[in-house]
Amino acid sequence: MTKAGAIWHRTAPVLCILILLLAVWYAAAIALNAAWAKDKAARADKQLTFSELVSDTMAQEKPLLPAPHQVAQEIYKTTVLKKITSKRSLIWHGWITLSATLLGFAFGTALGIMLAIGIVYSRAMDMSVMPWVITSQTIPILAVAPMIIVVLNAVGVSGLLPKAFISMYLSFFPVVVGMVKGLRAPDHMQLDQMRTWNASSSTSFWKLRLPSSMPYLFASLKIGIAASLVGAIVGELPTGAVAGLGARLLAGSYYGQTIQIWSALICAAVLAASLVALIGFVEKVTLKRMGMLQ
Amino acid sequence: MNQPVISAQNLSLTFETNDGPVHALSDINLDINKGDFVSFIGPSGCGKTTFLRCIADLETPTGGNVTVNGMSAAEARMKRAYGYVFQAAGLYPWRTIGGNIRLPLEIMGYDKAEQAERVKNVLELVELDGFEKKFPWQLSGGMQQRASIARALAFDADILLMDEPFGALDEIVRDHLNEQLLKLWARTEKTIGFVTHSIPEAVFLSTKIVVMSPRPGQIYEVIESNLPRDRTLDIRDSVEFNDIAHRVREGLRAGHAYD
Repeated sequence: MTKAGAIWHRTAPVLCILILLLAVWYAAAIALNAAWAKDKAARADKQLTFSELVSDTMAQEKPLLPAPHQVAQEIYKTTVLKKITSKRSLIWHGWITLSATLLGFAFGTALGIMLAIGIVYSRAMDMSVMPWVITSQTIPILAVAPMIIVVLNAVGVSGLLPKAFISMYLSFFPVVVGMVKGLRAPDHMQLDQMRTWNASSSTSFWKLRLPSSMPYLFASLKIGIAASLVGAIVGELPTGAVAGLGARLLAGSYYGQTIQIWSALICAAVLAASLVALIGFVEKVTLKRMGMLQ
Repeated sequence: MNQPVISAQNLSLTFETNDGPVHALSDINLDINKGDFVSFIGPSGCGKTTFLRCIADLETPTGGNVTVNGMSAAEARMKRAYGYVFQAAGLYPWRTIGGNIRLPLEIMGYDKAEQAERVKNVLELVELDGFEKKFPWQLSGGMQQRASIARALAFDADILLMDEPFGALDEIVRDHLNEQLLKLWARTEKTIGFVTHSIPEAVFLSTKIVVMSPRPGQIYEVIESNLPRDRTLDIRDSVEFNDIAHRVREGLRAGHAYD
């Protein structure tokens, strides 16, 4: 297969689904927005033809479901046409969310790895910490987030950190679970072998356990970064809709700006996909350099 | 010189399980001298691997004792008195062949120049020169096992313990590796303890064959081989070879290996 052929082979299925989704989206937009269009026409005592109806559903100011091109226009307007420093710029809001996401992700990853090391090396921690780690994730984050924001605000911590804290809360979990599994990946034989060389436990950690855990770590990081973004957005909701993608979502829903909601939503999705793809890329490069990808 | 390198006195090991105690080893007495090639043969559950693991301080006996180079097994392990080759090659996939062989040297604190020198030497010894920069997945199973032997030879241990190292390989590769192992033994003058399931392998390689029997695991008979140290595969067709193989089989039968 030629290179172009290979690329087509990989992208064709994705494009197919994308076109299908857009078609469904347009159809749904027409169906959902038709009622409002007819209502308007009835009040103006007019009769709408089918093509008038369709074109009206595509161009409403506050549609129930905005059409894809309306969302695309809005995104274009608020990214390319606005200055990055403007409070109307989606890039500015996206960066606010992204910075909290990345900070929380870094904290979460560090916390997750440290907990995993503790769990693997200490029987007491293995017995005591893991149940709490699991319990922490059974509490709905939407219920916890406002309390975290309020409590941290009361002790004088506001802005980036509370949001990063919520990101951390969501992202450390997959890292703990993955790293416990990864650090335990070496089998009995490999551990015995280390023993025959009279290797210290820190040596076995750096030379055997940690490298063995790399594939598990990257799998966890991909889940963790997506969870981090969700955490940052959730953290922006109770702050009074000042800044960030979460704030755009909330402000949009206050004022019925569905197009704004959808454009923030798409933006968040694209951001999450890029972050996951970025980690996938780092994973590929790292494992390739380690000789673990053939 | 007359002091045995490995010596076991009344060694026994009982595992406590939910189904009651399992006597893995019972009253083992054995001396292994410097330069010996000793094979342990017997059916599954006769304790041959367990005995090797006791020598290596990977299991702790519940009775009797074992000395290695005149020290307790634990002291000998701390002093890195032996190289251990497991059934699977167990090479690290993220290290090259050279990197894998360097691993014990790094752990033991050899300097960089010495590491490179030793890796080069042992790779030559197992006829893997030129494969230093390859990753394990690029090598066949037999070559990987050779690399794992090289790794056990890389540091200064005069004892080599091998637990069915060729068990997972096909017979042709196995024959070839057996011949190579004998050459290597002649060149390095190591003392070798070798666990196997195969009668021809045990007879071909050993100066001393320890026949073991199960439930409880014990030594049934120790057969001294009178074959010359310098052997080729052709020796398998000789009368002497078949005599010894016959004695091993008789020993296994009398020790209820075939029940």
